[in-house]
Amino acid sequence: MNELTEDSVRADVRAWLEANWSPELGLVEWRNKLADSGWGVPTWPKEWYGRDLPQAFQAVVDEEFARIGAIGVAKAGIRTLAAATILAHGTDLHKEKFLRRILTGEDTWCQLFSEPGSGSDVAGAVTRAEMSGNKWIVNGQKVWTTSAHHAHWGLLLARTDWDQTKHKGLSYFIIDMHQPGVNVQPLKQMNGHASFNQVFMTDAVVEPEFLVANVGDGWAVTTTTLMHERRGADGLRTWAMGSDRKGRAYDEERAEIATTMEPYKWYPQRAGRVDLILSRAKETGHLDDPVARQEIARLLTMSKAAEWTARRARAAAQQGKPQGPEGSLGKLVASHIARAAARIHTQLSGADALLTGADSPLNGTIAEILVSVPATSIAGGTDEIQRNIISERVLKMPKEPSIDTTKPFRDVPRNTVR
Amino acid sequence: MKFSFSSEQEEFRSNLRRFLGERSPTKEVRRLMATDAGFEAAAWRKLNSELGLTAVRIPEAFGGQGFGFGELCIVLEEMGRSLLCAPFFSTAVLATGAILNAGTEAEKQALLPGIAAGDTVATLAWVEQPSRWDAAATTLTAKPSGSGYVLDGFKSYVLDGHTADLIVVLARAPGSSGDKGLSLFTVKGDAKGLSRKLLKTMDETRKLAHLDFKGVEATLLGEAGAAAAPFARTMVEAAVCLANEMAGVSDRLREDSLEYAKMRMQFGRAIASFQSMKHKHADMLVDVELAKSAAYYAAAALDEGDDDIVAVASLAKAAASDAALQTAVHAIQIHGGIGFTWDNDTHLWFKRAKSSEVLLGDAHHHREQMMQHWAA
Ligand SMILES: Cc1cc2nc3c(=O)[nH]c(=O)nc-3n(C[C@H](O)[C@H](O)[C@H](O)COP(=O)(O)OP(=O)(O)OC[C@H]3O[C@@H](n4cnc5c(N)ncnc54)[C@H](O)[C@@H]3O)c2cc1C
Repeated sequence: MNELTEDSVRADVRAWLEANWSPELGLVEWRNKLADSGWGVPTWPKEWYGRDLPQAFQAVVDEEFARIGAIGVAKAGIRTLAAATILAHGTDLHKEKFLRRILTGEDTWCQLFSEPGSGSDVAGAVTRAEMSGNKWIVNGQKVWTTSAHHAHWGLLLARTDWDQTKHKGLSYFIIDMHQPGVNVQPLKQMNGHASFNQVFMTDAVVEPEFLVANVGDGWAVTTTTLMHERRGADGLRTWAMGSDRKGRAYDEERAEIATTMEPYKWYPQRAGRVDLILSRAKETGHLDDPVARQEIARLLTMSKAAEWTARRARAAAQQGKPQGPEGSLGKLVASHIARAAARIHTQLSGADALLTGADSPLNGTIAEILVSVPATSIAGGTDEIQRNIISERVLKMPKEPSIDTTKPFRDVPRNTVR
Repeated sequence: MKFSFSSEQEEFRSNLRRFLGERSPTKEVRRLMATDAGFEAAAWRKLNSELGLTAVRIPEAFGGQGFGFGELCIVLEEMGRSLLCAPFFSTAVLATGAILNAGTEAEKQALLPGIAAGDTVATLAWVEQPSRWDAAATTLTAKPSGSGYVLDGFKSYVLDGHTADLIVVLARAPGSSGDKGLSLFTVKGDAKGLSRKLLKTMDETRKLAHLDFKGVEATLLGEAGAAAAPFARTMVEAAVCLANEMAGVSDRLREDSLEYAKMRMQFGRAIASFQSMKHKHADMLVDVELAKSAAYYAAAALDEGDDDIVAVASLAKAAASDAALQTAVHAIQIHGGIGFTWDNDTHLWFKRAKSSEVLLGDAHHHREQMMQHWAA
């Protein structure tokens, strides 16, 4: 095998794209080609739609897609977490059944972890799954489930054994969201959108082959999903806008964004939109204001340094070096950045920051930034939980004594009412 | 009385808190904030006749109760706690302040009794540009016409501007600039040539309007061309009042999140038992108590005619802005996912904290004002 270089990868992907990409293809048709070629997810294993390329080459591939305007595989949303989890823990049947349709965008997913009584304490889940006949029967309530109203499949954490300790009594399932036992109710957020939901499961059915890993191993699988969610938190600063180019594939991508991606519409806003700060400062005449300049400079410093910290972590991973502290900081830093950016947007907008809807600058975007930012420090694990993880796992500081991990879960004190 | 309240004041506060708690539960706040008017005239009149809220600071000679800023600021703090949906800040702080500071005895006699009785909803219209809260930025013009004046131009971010019966407007003589040539006028809410548009606001408990003036007939308030000083004084008073309202907002957010933290269990224990949560609550208490001290001191300083009032008012507004926003951010965080939902009440106060941060100028603006005064 030839040694891979940036140039050789670039030449390969470019040649393939030139031979295969056409904006007149159907979106799913095109993404099926991507899945077959391995160029859609080049760092994935060869047998599962990838090319086993080291992470280092991802940027080269991305550049070539962007250069020619080729659409990539469907990425955003929980499906990315589903794919990562299935790649790590799924059976061949799971991989065959789910991975391709994740990449083509035909299936969307949701994450059924949080419950009214347990959010930070994900392992405190009380939704129960019980074997009855030869199927799993699920009863319980999940909450804040992003995209559940569009999802075909859910990543479900449920309790299968109440006599085991908290972490050992859990199992992980893939649940069909389109069945009579699953009832999805939208929850309105403080920013006016309703991208998350409550999900009620009443005698919902899961086929036995849709258990992921073994009964009682649910916590380990959950940890994989959560880890990918935390890593991905950075990425939410950008958002697939779709392109305004002409062609069937572009049209279909725009339609996809308008429907399945709708819940994520405000996600870039929750990251505080650092990218808009300089243009807003100019528009609002604050570029020469020394106070605003200092604040902006401080924000840009933090945001650049965060970007480079993430790059250091990726570079270490590519060289096979052990994970350093820089890998754990991203999510926490992202919420510092988001809050600082919201503060500056308020300052720059002055009285306009009082407005919302179309009255608010940038057709409502500024208002959305101001009321969406709190999500960053809560969703995907709160800032406090990130700090605990960093202090205990990275810095190896002693854990707080726990009172809930050694006894049978049945006997653990928990929320009765919310 | 900069450092303590009298027992009468304490009693006034506790009665008011009870009353507002009964009249303005969040269910009612949510119902009213969803209406265009943002309040119910009949209910507001009734509450006023029982409690005389808009009359608090109006002298007895004009039908008021003749109390000072100490009492007015107690009302504001309690309104911050309860988020009462009513045109109080616009009427009792802004318009009343402008009339008291600028008007002649005869004008006060004509305008204030209606306000004191709670019959007149009034406001002050001065802002035009989003980043300028000062009088010098005024471009709306007033030209003499017959026995009065006509106004042309626009005002924006006018509190309750779409419902006010009486609008006090800051305008300038054509060709004038800076602090020169500024006058205050009164205009009827239904005046000919005035068009009023409700703005969509993030804090729905506080309604704002955009007003367009096309040859609107107006009556001079006070002395022509001499509005700069009484207007500036009105802004100083308003900053102090808003600081006190924000103290109430912060304290309510702090208390509610403390109560929640004590009840919410994760990892087999109340989240209030985590040291990081305790530290957060301790820090919140520090922020809120400092903001209260600044707000109370400033209110008393207004009553006592303190020479430093301009700096003190800005100090209080800046301190309260920062405290209210920081407390609101913490409060949502402490509530976790539930705090990000519409059904949970925390966002109502979060949004009020945000709108108060901006209203009358942000903390940077007020810190600068303070420095200009003290470092001059
Ligand atoms: C926009 C959004 C989208 C979401 N999408 C999903 C989704 O798709 N699927 C899903 O399953 N969930 C989702 N969530 C839920 C999210 O993961 C939880 O809200 C989050 O983990 C916090 O849990 P909680 O809300 O129960 O808060 P709690 O766990 O009740 O936390 C309340 C407060 O206590 C603090 N706290 C808790 N434990 C500790 C501790 N040990 N030490 C110190 N402080 C502590 C928290 O930091 C927080 O400040 C979403 C949330 C949001 C806001």
